[in-house]
Amino acid sequence: MSAAVSHDAEYRAARARVAAQLGRSRKRTDRIMQGLCMLATFMALWLLASILIMLFWAGFKAISPTVFTTITLPTGSNGGLLNAIVGSLVQVGIGTAIGTPVGLLVGTYLAEYARGSRFGDVVRFVSDILLSAPSILIGLFVYQLLVVPLRGFSGWAGGVALAIIVVPIVVRTTEDMLRLLRNTLREAVIALGAPKWKMITLVCWRAAASGIVTGILLAIARIAGETAPLLFTSLGNNGWNMDLTKPYPSLSVTIYAYAGSPYPDWVALAWAGALIITLGVLGLNIIARLLVRSR
Amino acid sequence: MSASTTVASPLPRRSGSVGDAVFSALCHSAGAIVLVLLGGIILALFLGGLPAFRAFGAEFLWSTEWDPVTEVFGAGVSIYGTVVTAALAILMAVPMAFGVAVTLTSLAPAWMRGPVGTAVELLAAVPSIIYGMWGFFFIVPLMAETIQPLLIDTLGTLPVLGGLFQGPPFGTGIFTAAFILAIMILPFIAATTRDAFDQVPGVLKESAHALGATKMEVVRDIILPYTNTAVAGGVMLGLGRALGETMAVTFVVGNANRINASLFGSGNTIASQVALEFGEAEIGSMKLSALLALGFLLFVISFVVLAISRLLLRPRAGTGR
Repeated sequence: MSAAVSHDAEYRAARARVAAQLGRSRKRTDRIMQGLCMLATFMALWLLASILIMLFWAGFKAISPTVFTTITLPTGSNGGLLNAIVGSLVQVGIGTAIGTPVGLLVGTYLAEYARGSRFGDVVRFVSDILLSAPSILIGLFVYQLLVVPLRGFSGWAGGVALAIIVVPIVVRTTEDMLRLLRNTLREAVIALGAPKWKMITLVCWRAAASGIVTGILLAIARIAGETAPLLFTSLGNNGWNMDLTKPYPSLSVTIYAYAGSPYPDWVALAWAGALIITLGVLGLNIIARLLVRSR
Repeated sequence: MSASTTVASPLPRRSGSVGDAVFSALCHSAGAIVLVLLGGIILALFLGGLPAFRAFGAEFLWSTEWDPVTEVFGAGVSIYGTVVTAALAILMAVPMAFGVAVTLTSLAPAWMRGPVGTAVELLAAVPSIIYGMWGFFFIVPLMAETIQPLLIDTLGTLPVLGGLFQGPPFGTGIFTAAFILAIMILPFIAATTRDAFDQVPGVLKESAHALGATKMEVVRDIILPYTNTAVAGGVMLGLGRALGETMAVTFVVGNANRINASLFGSGNTIASQVALEFGEAEIGSMKLSALLALGFLLFVISFVVLAISRLLLRPRAGTGR
């Protein structure tokens, strides 16, 4: 009996030693992995900071009133970015004006008409694919669709390419926001005798308005910086051209051309343009976030 | 107000049904437009690339020739560059994105999670041309002066893998392109992974903690098994983005039409090749057709990857929103 007790005690002591050892190694692994995770987060934040610091440093050095008052000129003649900025605004405007209604209707279709329908599932799937499809391919598509048949690059083609990028973004947010509404709201409107289209346009769209506007803002932010689709559609223009049937200037394409040039004044202007675009895009994103939060 | 609606009840009923039919038709046809768009993209790229596919046959897929003078074109180098940069980018981005997601869901104090999460998401909003400039003016010198010489002296001396890390440290090239791509897709993967981690029921995590599991053991044994399909979907989404990224890659990849044994060598990707060569391609030329054929191949590759990503992410989308 006493032998059994001592054996038991020995066993317990050994087990405690093993457990302590095991606990230490598990804790060590835990600490190392936690440290690595935090390191990854700090690195991500550092990268964002380094992009912003470099942009602000090089951008503010180059930015001046001339950037906004003078059009792009040959190197050495103190040019600005006026035509590029206006060109971008116009094309983004066209893209938003065409893309938003289509996206809004598709999103409404998916949320209000296509619940459980096969066709709706296909539309949702395809829209999600378009959301992440390489934007350069949308540029090639519009090139084949508009530039080749009309025999020339044009501002319209650029706007259409941007509109195709807008559609899936607005579809996604519109559908998500409409789905957040309670069905009791819909039932209440129908019970009052209103037809479905009035229920959607007068009640559901209004109830989801801030969410839908958020989607539109995010879409504008996305296309404001797009470069690849414009290379094949509006091409860019160094003169003051507001004729939408001719090659059309844009800020992003000008940045692309200037950043790779060997002239310091053009590179400086590219930084100024990059700063303008980034501030605009990040600003729109932050406004969009605040809109969602204030709901 | 109630009086007016009751009095007018017979009329709106009829106008309502007409309005309903019109609005419903509008919504349905808008849905059809999306399908037409996708079909149009496929068709336009395929028809545009058809002369090149006809002229070079299946060899187009692996031929490394790209000679505008003799008009012989092959996609081999571009496909190699696209796949290698995207795969390397995933290798670099996934561990980092995973670390960010774990920090944001399990480690960071509550007050930090919102702002840090927003900051990481803002990384995703920065336009790709900005990444390109930043890469060109900041990362390329850093690579040439510090990172690449260091890797050449350490990894470059290994017996088999060493060949991948040799050659002159130009700063540009496949490796740098992959590095920038990794940073660009990091926020996408981190955000989907974090959202998936947030879906894990608290009871499961608490039970594991009550049994004595450490934080990282909970991540490994509870959170990851619970969320593996969604995490895989996020990774595929990042891969899809990396495959088609254009502007950032064009700035730093070096733009040479050859396959280098070393990752530090110059190369190109489908997207960078199309962006750069397009300006010199005339309407109706074989070169333009070859570029459109490249576009078609890129579309097929990214469609498959994005479709897989969508199928993996669907369970989550179907249950909640």
